[in-house]
Amino acid sequence: MNPKIKEALADAESANQLPDFKAGDTITVHYKIKEGNKERVQPYQGVVLQRKGTGATGTFTVRKMSGGIGIERIFNVGSPFIDHIVVNKVGVVRRSRIFYLRGRRGKAARIKEKQR
Amino acid sequence: MSGIIGRKVGMTSLYNEDGKMMPCTVIEAGPCVVTQLRTEEVDGYEAVQLGYEDKKESHSNKAEIGHFKKAKTAAKRFLAEFKEFDSQLEMGEEVTVDIFEEGEFVDVRGKSKGKGFQGVVKRHGFGGVGQRTHGQHNRERAPGSIGAASYPSRVFKGMRMAGQTGNKFVKVTNLQVLKVNKEKNMIIVKGSIPGANGSVVVIEK
Repeated sequence: MNPKIKEALADAESANQLPDFKAGDTITVHYKIKEGNKERVQPYQGVVLQRKGTGATGTFTVRKMSGGIGIERIFNVGSPFIDHIVVNKVGVVRRSRIFYLRGRRGKAARIKEKQR
Repeated sequence: MSGIIGRKVGMTSLYNEDGKMMPCTVIEAGPCVVTQLRTEEVDGYEAVQLGYEDKKESHSNKAEIGHFKKAKTAAKRFLAEFKEFDSQLEMGEEVTVDIFEEGEFVDVRGKSKGKGFQGVVKRHGFGGVGQRTHGQHNRERAPGSIGAASYPSRVFKGMRMAGQTGNKFVKVTNLQVLKVNKEKNMIIVKGSIPGANGSVVVIEK
């Protein structure tokens, strides 16, 4: 991101402190949902397929299997609706965008976990 | 109409109270200096001339140096005039981004990105022929008819045709000011503005 843009946004409360994660990691996004006047936090757990963009304009895609159907959700990095993110597993993948996961099911869709 | 000269820095996004993402543009504007006051008696109209961005004296000619000496400032690279400036200004006075307030609406003008010589589909949004087959030969993006034949025996003025696209002055109106940062001379407006990053723009209200 242009350093001057960073400078301009420095005082903005956009500083959404997210942990480091990349494609292949399994994360839980705690997402705020408004229902009428009430607000509740809904966890959404899945594998990160890709990260796109830089700074406040960045997005990331999280894929999960829900009842045998694949669901992909795109989140904005700077979104105020993201309460917090937990990194559950750090995966080992060779590419930065793992769309090949879409064509795989069951055992083939596993991702090797990084040994710490 | 008050205003200021600046440079487009680039685009980013901010979020409003509802959590909706807003595309916005960061502009580095001012501080500008009043370099001339146009008056009814001398010039036939009232206006304020502002100068932005210093340049070397060796890069300006004697006429320019003399002009800026009157305002007791360094030579400026860009000048712009504003009629009916909101506040009364003196020669050599500084104008900064704090003439703008958060939430108000401004106009931004600048030179749009040049696209070169373009056809009518890109330049005017014509639909093209719309079909590839059924005897279309090679006329997919052709403009079609440009008028009738023996009457009027000419093509009307202003007929939209292919030509130079972009690289002309464009004004975008009613952009909301989202943030004003006086220390860094930055202003953030909602939406996009003409020109490439680093191009000179004039912000008016």
